[in-house]
Amino acid sequence: MASSGGSLRRYALTRLALVIPMVLILLTVVFLLMRVAPGDPIQAALGGKLSPAQLEEKRRAAGFTKPLIVQYVDYLKQVFSLNLGTAITDNQPITTVLKVNGAATLELSVAASIIALVIGVPIGLRAGRLRDSAFDAGGRLFGIITYAAPVFFVGLLFQLVFSKWLNWLPNSGMLSPIDQAELPTHTHLSVVDAIWDHNMSAFIDSLKHLAMPSFTLGLLLCGVVIRLIRTNLIQTLKGDYVEAARARGVPEHKVVMRHAFRNALVPVVTVMGLQAALLLSGAVLTEETFNWPGIGNQLVTYLNNRDYTAVQGIITIFALAVVFISLLIDFVNAAIDPRVRY
Amino acid sequence: MTAASIAEPGGESILDTPPPTNSRPRGPFGRLWQQVKQAQGFSKWLLWVGAAITAVFIVLAVFAPLIAPYGFDQYMSHGVRFAKQGSPNGTHWFGTNVRSVDVLSVVIYGSRTAIEVVVLAVVFSLFIGVPLGLISGYYGGWLDRILVLIMDALFAFPYLLLAIIIAFLLQNSVGSGVLTAAIAITVIYVPQYFRVVRGQVLSAREEPYVEAARALGARPRTIMGRYLFFNVIQSVPVIATLNAADAILTLAGLGFLGFGIQPTQAAEWGYELQRGVADMGAGLWWTSVFPGLAIVSLVTGLTLVGEGLNDVLNPVLRKRSGRRVVLPRRDAAATTLPTRQGDNRGRGEELA
Repeated sequence: MASSGGSLRRYALTRLALVIPMVLILLTVVFLLMRVAPGDPIQAALGGKLSPAQLEEKRRAAGFTKPLIVQYVDYLKQVFSLNLGTAITDNQPITTVLKVNGAATLELSVAASIIALVIGVPIGLRAGRLRDSAFDAGGRLFGIITYAAPVFFVGLLFQLVFSKWLNWLPNSGMLSPIDQAELPTHTHLSVVDAIWDHNMSAFIDSLKHLAMPSFTLGLLLCGVVIRLIRTNLIQTLKGDYVEAARARGVPEHKVVMRHAFRNALVPVVTVMGLQAALLLSGAVLTEETFNWPGIGNQLVTYLNNRDYTAVQGIITIFALAVVFISLLIDFVNAAIDPRVRY
Repeated sequence: MTAASIAEPGGESILDTPPPTNSRPRGPFGRLWQQVKQAQGFSKWLLWVGAAITAVFIVLAVFAPLIAPYGFDQYMSHGVRFAKQGSPNGTHWFGTNVRSVDVLSVVIYGSRTAIEVVVLAVVFSLFIGVPLGLISGYYGGWLDRILVLIMDALFAFPYLLLAIIIAFLLQNSVGSGVLTAAIAITVIYVPQYFRVVRGQVLSAREEPYVEAARALGARPRTIMGRYLFFNVIQSVPVIATLNAADAILTLAGLGFLGFGIQPTQAAEWGYELQRGVADMGAGLWWTSVFPGLAIVSLVTGLTLVGEGLNDVLNPVLRKRSGRRVVLPRRDAAATTLPTRQGDNRGRGEELA
């Protein structure tokens, strides 16, 4: 399958071409899941609130009366024109949900990733270098336990300690009600908005709200980071070129940092890309725990209201995000590792 | 499960010559046990501590009705209703929750639910993922391409969302019990077995022993079942253990979001934590801390076993005190390539 040679451009084009079937398959899966599901979406969402005639009207407006294949084509057309429909229950366009709630999820995810890398990379490097030492054992146990503790449990413990007992941090939400009302929205990212407005108190408030959720999610990810960096560093340190560097008398810390570190990072980039799934799943749970107004929180609300259109729209967003992230990761990977080519 | 048990009746040829009798263990699991016994240092510690923790939970799960002081949804005893959200005391060691149910009993019954769901999910995903991986990797072609695309799509999708959607959709038809949760979790893990097995098959199918079997006229089914299967499932125990750990987290996540097993069906830790959110705000920690600790312990136990197995089985990470090299009985010159030294015990048996 993999032929040697071939330029980076050829790789990029092949990879881009592969996006089309991937997107189509994901969209088909989403469509089938949501439409094959038993029950009538309109009835489920609005039954009891409207008269049968009004329900029929809604059904026609949403296109549920058309044959399945027509609905499928309509759905694809919608997605490719970047219109994901409107929620049945609260009449919000899904693109608005993406903009507002998606920003909250983005803020949480970025902060969590930074925390995970800042904690995880040094521990992983040191554990890999001092393999089988007490530090390594401790690091691995830390990694295993942060992974084993469900995010919502860690979140609950944080709430108990830092909010209930110590009263240092707010229990939930993204901003205090006052700042929420006063801070004008530019980006829907509360931290960025506060900086934009040079609003110091809102900035501190937003960081305080962000602290517990991002740390909770960051801890989940940092277990993965530690494990990856450790394993990769151990494998890289066995390489001939590392031996050669040692033989030339390069000091050990330089061997690790200059020679092994970069190569140990290559697989990390790939796997971190796959961790996008973990990150987004963790984000849903974290948002639910801290009542963070993210897209996962919104999805759970729509699911509980049986709003199929909104659920389908949000799932489509997730599917597209996944394809985009994996594409991005592959490009980054190809750029840093010359062996990755088609 | 030995190699002989799945051999085809029609395949009584030179391919099926019984291996020479010796004292060494046969089959992949015997080999696995040999390697486990050779574990040293931290890996050994990981394995045994993990196994002990897991064993405790299995005992709790199997004997839940005997161990638990009350039923999983019992809120009164001898005509007296238990205190609502009562703090831990002599009668209720872990206190009682908002439904007046004994938290200790819920924790114990919860291990039963968790293990039921996880065993079902792992078995389902093995039965779907491994054969698909074998077929896809061995035959290749358009079938392989399509399967890879679908599996990659499923694999890349945020797993919890996938499970939520499946559980949500099955709620109406299958109900919200153990089976629904198990199916929702299966969908997440099939792609992993598929990917790993397919990857192993891709490299194994070009090995001389497979080519030899093909040259002798073995049918694809024989090759896949008898030659490839046991060589590619070496890494499955590690993934299965780690997946089991992950599945417990997914189950709890489903329960926490309200799409898991309902409390009328069985006790479930994630659901308890969801109910505990409000209690936590009021400082009533016991309703969620004990179920939460149960999740952490069981997942840690399973992960330790998985990590330990990985240390032992992964040749890159493996460290042994002494390496016994057992040369194959026949064709010794042909098979003992210097690069194969570490692997010889496994290979030699295949070719002997």
